[in-house]
Amino acid sequence: MEEFDDDEIVKKIMHVMRNAPHGTIYTYEGLEMILIMAAYDQDISVAFVDDGVYALKKGQDTAGIEVKGFAKTFLALDGYDVEKLYVDQVSLEERGLTEDDLVVDVEVISSAEIGKMMTEQDVVIQH
Amino acid sequence: MNIGILLKEGPYNHQASDTAYKFAEAAIKKGHTIDAVFFYNDGVNNSTGNMEPPQDDRHIGNRWVGLCQKNNVKMMVCIAAAKRRGINDDVLIDCGEITGLGNLTDIAIRNDRLVTFGD
Repeated sequence: MEEFDDDEIVKKIMHVMRNAPHGTIYTYEGLEMILIMAAYDQDISVAFVDDGVYALKKGQDTAGIEVKGFAKTFLALDGYDVEKLYVDQVSLEERGLTEDDLVVDVEVISSAEIGKMMTEQDVVIQH
Repeated sequence: MNIGILLKEGPYNHQASDTAYKFAEAAIKKGHTIDAVFFYNDGVNNSTGNMEPPQDDRHIGNRWVGLCQKNNVKMMVCIAAAKRRGINDDVLIDCGEITGLGNLTDIAIRNDRLVTFGD
């Protein structure tokens, strides 16, 4: 936790996306939470692990399941100053994906590195 | 220690609300302060005042009301998640407060820990 002014506290908050984007609402409501928290000038990062990496996959077409697609909303995070997007390399590889399959620029890192980052957070919220 | 709780699962369907309650109870007993319980995802279903479980079962809604009245724990319900699931002021438990995710952010900032319960 870094403290700037007396009452200006900036906390390190990591959101962890673990589920496929559709099938449950966790990822979508998680994204809604990130967009709100982004307005509070905190040190926010997002980690995509396990099926969570599918949330960023290019070319999703949700018309058939009559659910709103939101992959492109991750592109908007940059405009909210949420620039720390981390993707677990093993999770990507296990699913036959590479960084080129993702809609947004991310940092692909090892599980150990993500784990280390988690220990450095003030708050970790899993979705 | 000051602690906030984020509860992401509905009552009875999932153990998370029981565990969150038991955690809060135990933490208070140890002298910690539970600032607030924030209901998100299907967790907002914990905030409905119309629960009527069988008499030999625990009453999860009443548990939250008790925690609020006895220990001043705020019960906050995310408005976006609540609206999707048909929860509004008309059905809310005593102590329940429909509010925004900004309040969850404040809870995360002002407490020593934010503890999440759910899948």
